[in-house]
Amino acid sequence: MTTALMLAPITVPLLGALACLVAGWHRATAWLAPACGALMLAAAAGLACAQAGHPPGAALDGLLRADPLSDFMLIVISAVGLLATAATPAWLRNEVTAGRATARTAARHSVLVQLFLAAMAAAVLAASLGVTWVAIEGTTIATAFLVGQRRTKAAVEAAWKYVMICSTGIALALLGLLLLNAAAVHAAAGTGLDWARLVAAAPHLDPAVTRISVTLLIVGFGTKAGLVPLHAWLPDAHGQAPAPVSALMSGVLLSVAFYAILRVNAIAGLVLGPGFTRALLATLAVASLLLAASLLIGQRDYKRMLAYSSIEHMGVLALGAAIGGPLALAAVLLHMLGHGLAKGSLFVCAGRVLQVTGTSRIEGVRGLAGRFPLLAGCAGAGVLALTGFPPFSIFASEIGIVRAGFASGLGWVTALALVLMLVIAAALLSHTSRMLLGDGPGDSPATDRPAAPRQASGLSPAVVALGACAVLGLYAGPLTILLHSAAHTLAGTP
Amino acid sequence: MFVQLLYLSCGALLMTAVLIVWRRPLTAIVKVLAVQGMALAALAGVLAARGHDAELAAIAAGVLALRGVALPLLLRRALAAGPAATGQSRETRPLVNVAASLLATAALVLLAYAVSGPLTALAPSPAAHAIPVGIAVMLTGFFVLVTRRRALSQLAGFLLMDNGITATGFLTGAGTGLVVELGVSLDVLLAVLVLQVLTSRMREAFGDTDLDELRELHD
Repeated sequence: MTTALMLAPITVPLLGALACLVAGWHRATAWLAPACGALMLAAAAGLACAQAGHPPGAALDGLLRADPLSDFMLIVISAVGLLATAATPAWLRNEVTAGRATARTAARHSVLVQLFLAAMAAAVLAASLGVTWVAIEGTTIATAFLVGQRRTKAAVEAAWKYVMICSTGIALALLGLLLLNAAAVHAAAGTGLDWARLVAAAPHLDPAVTRISVTLLIVGFGTKAGLVPLHAWLPDAHGQAPAPVSALMSGVLLSVAFYAILRVNAIAGLVLGPGFTRALLATLAVASLLLAASLLIGQRDYKRMLAYSSIEHMGVLALGAAIGGPLALAAVLLHMLGHGLAKGSLFVCAGRVLQVTGTSRIEGVRGLAGRFPLLAGCAGAGVLALTGFPPFSIFASEIGIVRAGFASGLGWVTALALVLMLVIAAALLSHTSRMLLGDGPGDSPATDRPAAPRQASGLSPAVVALGACAVLGLYAGPLTILLHSAAHTLAGTP
Repeated sequence: MFVQLLYLSCGALLMTAVLIVWRRPLTAIVKVLAVQGMALAALAGVLAARGHDAELAAIAAGVLALRGVALPLLLRRALAAGPAATGQSRETRPLVNVAASLLATAALVLLAYAVSGPLTALAPSPAAHAIPVGIAVMLTGFFVLVTRRRALSQLAGFLLMDNGITATGFLTGAGTGLVVELGVSLDVLLAVLVLQVLTSRMREAFGDTDLDELRELHD
């Protein structure tokens, strides 16, 4: 039973990809992808329930393992996956109507998105660091043509930068992985790259080699997570990718890469003590927040604005990981879920805004609230969620991280991060209010382009996701237990 | 005999890396990359023969097929379809000139020896003493990647970096298991395929693959 539940999150999207490939894209098959997303979410929830209180389950001859952390990550992936795939049919239909996509592009889009979801599920279920690496590099390959889907100059440029920078960063992680493997094999025969065995063998790993390898792994996976030194691909790729793909990339891909950092950080803490990775992660966090703040203030493109906000939130996650301890780590995990839901909804809204206005520039969009109240409401609520207003769950997780930070001796870093988060919130709110409020561009009905579909179609997934984000902030229900056992898995406490 | 063969193949690796920094014509770079792939396969073969390791021997054969034949062939095809036809097959304006690049490579080799002290000390053996060569090739690849402007030169830098990392993996003497080796090779192959397709799309969109043209997106 557990084996079937563990295999489902990988096989369901793979079968979905096959079905999309065979059936092509038309009105009936468009709902195949959301169905796969729903099945994935059901399997993830079922796995979490079946696993509660049991030791980690294994499948495929020990290749896959599901501990509470993997279960939680699966829920994040499938929840945001369901949101993005459910918003896709309406988005693709509008693109096809507008002549920017053909049925063939739409079919290819669906196939690649399913492969992307399968690769992410494999990354978090993999029992060994090696397989996680392979799956994370697989996500780059699956999404490369999604980023460049429109084939314009800008899209091709973004795709090139994306594949080049991410592959280079992930190559650094590969070197770190090989060195960690050497240290592990030297410490105890047969250890290899299995996460659990690495944790068990941690006291015997060579500290000098581990220090080099952990630095490479954190910077390498940090590239894919959009942390600062190698973040340059992120705004371009998120700005150019089709909206549902941006939702997935920003909402979960970054978090999946960060999941690898969390695991590596846990091992590094056991070998080197908390000091080394704490300094490294805190530096990356502050640098990411500084960069996001400085580029958000004068931002002119709303999709890039959301992308820089993702860099900010990855910085917050890095800060939480630097602080460490069960409370901060539980907040980090909750932050991943909240950010995934809010950012995913916002990218869905941004895609819709782009379709009805035809421009991605902030000054090109005025008075959205008067013309498209539902769309403007979703976007407004999403930005409020993102900037940490209650009742949304990001409020709770940010408070958790900040409190843990002040309690753990990282007070100055946390205070600096808090100031930068306030600056970013102000910038986001002012840009968004200019887009949503005020008079539209020429209030006479004649300027309303008849070609633009008036109905705010395809927004219901965003409404549901934002609702879920708000409910999570008030009451996490059974997720609380999962969150805490996942955080304890990472912190190494029972 | 084993040690001499080992150091010979490592020397060939480093030599080809320097040649890639030195030579400008892209066709020459692709040929040198093929030679380097063979040197890498030879390195794995020597280690396999020494340890009577059948799995490593199979991996050596795979490395020869992938890095000695398949990837250079892919690059050559990309080259034949593009710049060679328009007489633009040279890396014309690298960000750093050749003399300075060679000096930088020398500095990177020294850096590689400086940082890999702990790795050699972990399990001293003839192979472990050659680890700095792998790191040096990887750093050289990174250098080529960030200082070249043609898409195909950058791709060559990426492959150079990857060869260096693979060599380091062999020299540490700790196999990662067949699943991971296969996955890594498949990922590299697919990444290069994706980049090759993107190169041809860039040529369609921009007319040429000079990355200085990539100025659409910035803040």
